[in-house]
Amino acid sequence: MRRWGLEALGAWLLGAMWILPLAWALWSAIHPPSSTQSFGLFSPLTLRNFATAWGMAPFGRSMVNTVVLVSIVLAAQFVLCTPAAFAFARLRFPGRDFVFAIVLVQLMVAPEVLMVENFRTIGALDLVNSLFGIALPYLGSAFGIFLLRQAFRTVPEELDAAARIEGLSLRQRLWKLYLPMARPTYIAYGLVLVSFHWNNFLWPLVITNSVGIRPITVQLAMFSTTDQGTNWSIITAATLLSTAPLVIAFLLFQRQFVQSFMRARAQ
Amino acid sequence: MAPAPLTQARREALQGWLLVLPALLFLTAFTYWPTLETAWAALHTTPVPGHPSRFAPLANAVAMAKDPVFWQALRHNFYYALALIPATMALALVMALAVNGRIPGRALLRLAYFTPTVLPMIAVANIWLFFFTPGYGLVDKLLAPFGLGGWNWLGESSTALFAVTVIAVWKQAGFYMIFYLAALQSLPAELAEAAELEGSSRLNYVRRVVWPLLMPTTLFIFVNAVIDAFRLVDQIVVLTRGGPDNATAILLYYIYQVGFQYFDAHYASALTMVLIALLALLAWFQFAVLGRRVHYR
Repeated sequence: MRRWGLEALGAWLLGAMWILPLAWALWSAIHPPSSTQSFGLFSPLTLRNFATAWGMAPFGRSMVNTVVLVSIVLAAQFVLCTPAAFAFARLRFPGRDFVFAIVLVQLMVAPEVLMVENFRTIGALDLVNSLFGIALPYLGSAFGIFLLRQAFRTVPEELDAAARIEGLSLRQRLWKLYLPMARPTYIAYGLVLVSFHWNNFLWPLVITNSVGIRPITVQLAMFSTTDQGTNWSIITAATLLSTAPLVIAFLLFQRQFVQSFMRARAQ
Repeated sequence: MAPAPLTQARREALQGWLLVLPALLFLTAFTYWPTLETAWAALHTTPVPGHPSRFAPLANAVAMAKDPVFWQALRHNFYYALALIPATMALALVMALAVNGRIPGRALLRLAYFTPTVLPMIAVANIWLFFFTPGYGLVDKLLAPFGLGGWNWLGESSTALFAVTVIAVWKQAGFYMIFYLAALQSLPAELAEAAELEGSSRLNYVRRVVWPLLMPTTLFIFVNAVIDAFRLVDQIVVLTRGGPDNATAILLYYIYQVGFQYFDAHYASALTMVLIALLALLAWFQFAVLGRRVHYR
């Protein structure tokens, strides 16, 4: 313990700085607006701020939008990236390495960077202000392909050869051998993806223009900049409400979450 | 003509391309093709009523050269990167070292460091807005005893960029920590024991043994941090809208502003090309200079 004395103190001070803003947000959300300034220990507790915030804007609707949006992206990315990753990992075809290098370019040039042109494309497809319009630019993912390729490459070649000798087709090998063995990577990839798209803001802001389609981040931004002035209690209540599902999921699966972020990198 | 029976190699080649094609289609539609379109659009003027778009390869470049806001955006993005990257990386390393040891309450501490990463930047911005509010905010209250109270951090052009940078640091440090933590946990435990036996101080051990071994991770995080320094604008969109006096209008924000508030699409395309060029430079740096040192296993 002695060895840790000073270091532990420093680490906890830093930890306090990281927790303080969150603690404050929670504090002001569960107290009446009049007492957010006093920080009295016995200030009355209330849940009214949440109810008020919930009633002031269609947060429920936005939350549903976000859930649907995240599901679309998750399902589509898994379906699109899995075969591509498998081909890059285990099949030999002309131009493979070149195409893979091209794919990796997308790691650098994220869809937001190209929002001006993508806006035009989505407009041409008549999908502006739709959940598909938000999702489309993100469906092909170099990150996903790269991550799954790395996972598939760790499957021993001998196992694959054995499966081939058994007469398993390509699809069966993928389904029965590669997918189960890459399960931890899928979980990691899924969690990273869900938290990214739950939190994504700029592109959804640009491509949506009506209350019914907005995802939760855009809704929250509109709410706190236009509707509210500076009623901190209401704003923090709305903020906590809109992040609650993800944060609760994170707290429940904390270990898995952190490990999956680590795995997403380590592989 | 009856198809010739496929050889094994040909079959595999066909399968390979078929499997890659769907993903490639989406990547082409929303990354490669738009990049080319952006380059092409940048060489044209934006159509306005009465003046259709015309081919003027230098018009946007000249406009950019004369546009003080563009140069300011570039300069401010540079400052943003210069503060954000070292601050987040240093904090990430400190955090990872702290929670990698046998520190009391380290699970809770790791949670504290990591939680901001899970929150959307919009939520983070809302929380920090309060901290920076003059008169009310915690920053103000802490500084008031030193006679520095009453300062509008987000509202003054001299401090707004600093304030939005602090927010980004707070949100990102825990994310990079994870990468350092993963690397630290893959170091053999004997290393630390050997260092301890030799009586080497912990600081020395970190500097001489751990830091060099973490180099690939550091480079990996560095590349990500640079990308983030061009990408993290959400807090700017909601808190300062690029202001005051364009103090926080970094490049991506300026693109957003020109494209979606001034509706000057082709000038926005030209600005996008600058951003892509910067990112390409980074890609070149990663592959050519760092090359074998950042190795993806």
